[in-house]
Amino acid sequence: MSELSWWVLASCLTAYAIKLCGYFVPRKVLDSPMMSHVASTLTVALLASLVTVNAFTSGQELKIDARIGALAAAIIALIFKAPYLVVVLAGALAAVLLRATGLAA
Amino acid sequence: MNKWLTPATKMGLSIAVATGLYGISFGALSIAAGLNLWQTLALSALMFTGGSQFAFIGVISGGGAASAAFSAASLLGIRNAVYGMQIKQSLRPRAAQVPGMAQITIDESTAVSLGQAEIGEKRRGFFTAGIGVYLLWNLFTLVGALLGEKMGDPAAWGLDGAAVAAFIGLLWPRLKSMQPILIALAAAIVTALAVPVVAPGLPILLTAICAAVYAVLSARQKPAATQHGDLDRVDGE
Repeated sequence: MSELSWWVLASCLTAYAIKLCGYFVPRKVLDSPMMSHVASTLTVALLASLVTVNAFTSGQELKIDARIGALAAAIIALIFKAPYLVVVLAGALAAVLLRATGLAA
Repeated sequence: MNKWLTPATKMGLSIAVATGLYGISFGALSIAAGLNLWQTLALSALMFTGGSQFAFIGVISGGGAASAAFSAASLLGIRNAVYGMQIKQSLRPRAAQVPGMAQITIDESTAVSLGQAEIGEKRRGFFTAGIGVYLLWNLFTLVGALLGEKMGDPAAWGLDGAAVAAFIGLLWPRLKSMQPILIALAAAIVTALAVPVVAPGLPILLTAICAAVYAVLSARQKPAATQHGDLDRVDGE
C-alpha cells in the first residue's frame, strides 16, 4: 500500500473516532437542565452557522453570488408556509435562474 | 398517505438527494487531485463527512503533504463530536446502536433530527437523512470518480442553492421569538467573521463554542430564561 493510502486510512479512522467521542459523554452530564439549555441554544447557532457557510462562503472567502438569491427564495417560500421540499426546490431554481440569466455568478 | 412518508422522512430524503448528488463532484475532484479509485471510495465510505473529505483532497491537489491533508480533515471533523453529543441527548440510543449511528452523524442527519419537535420524528429524520446521504453520497462518489471532470460543477444544477434552502428550512421553525432570532444572527456574524481567518469547517466549531459559552453564562444569570418560551420546548422532554 502506498504512503498516501495509509494516510487516507488514518484520516478515516480518526474521523470515525471523533464521531464516536460525542456519544461517550455520560448521559448524566447531557441530561442536566443546564445542558438542555446549552443544547437548544447550540442547535439554533449550529443551524444558523450552516446556513451562513453554505450561503456566503467559498473556501475561506466570503462571497455573494446566486446562493443569496436561493436564500431569499427559500425564505419567501417559508413565509408562505410552503412544504419543505418546495422550499428546497425554490432554492435550487433561484440559483439556476440567476445564473442562467447572468444576474449572478 | 404512506405512513413512512412523515415530514421528517420527507426532509431527510430531500436533503439526501441534494447532498448525495454532490458526491459526483467529490469523486471527480478526488481523481483530479491524484487519488486513485480505491482511495476515493474509501474516503466516502469510511471517512464520510463531506467537509473533511473535500479538505483532504484539497490539500493533496494543492501539492500539500498527506500529513497536512490528515490534519485538515481531522480538524474539520471535530464538529461531528458536538453533533454526537446532541444526538445522544435527544435520541437516547441503545449502546448497540452507537457504532452505526456515529458513522452517520454528520451535518445533514443532525440538522434534520434537531429540526423535529417529537422524539419519533427526530429519530426518523436522523436515520433517513443519515442512511440516505450515506447511500447516495457513496453511489455518486463512484459515478463522479468514473466520469471524472466531464460532469462539471453541481452548482450549475443549483444544488448549492438547494443546500442553502435546506438549512434555512430547518432553522426557520425555531425563529419564533426574539431570543432565538438574536442567537441565530449572532451565530451567522461569528461564522462570517471566522471564515476568512480560520481553516474551512472551523467557523462552525468556533460558533458552537461561542454559543455554548453564552448559553452557560446566560443560564447562570437568568435561570428563569430556561423555564419558559421556545428555547426549551425544542428539546421535547
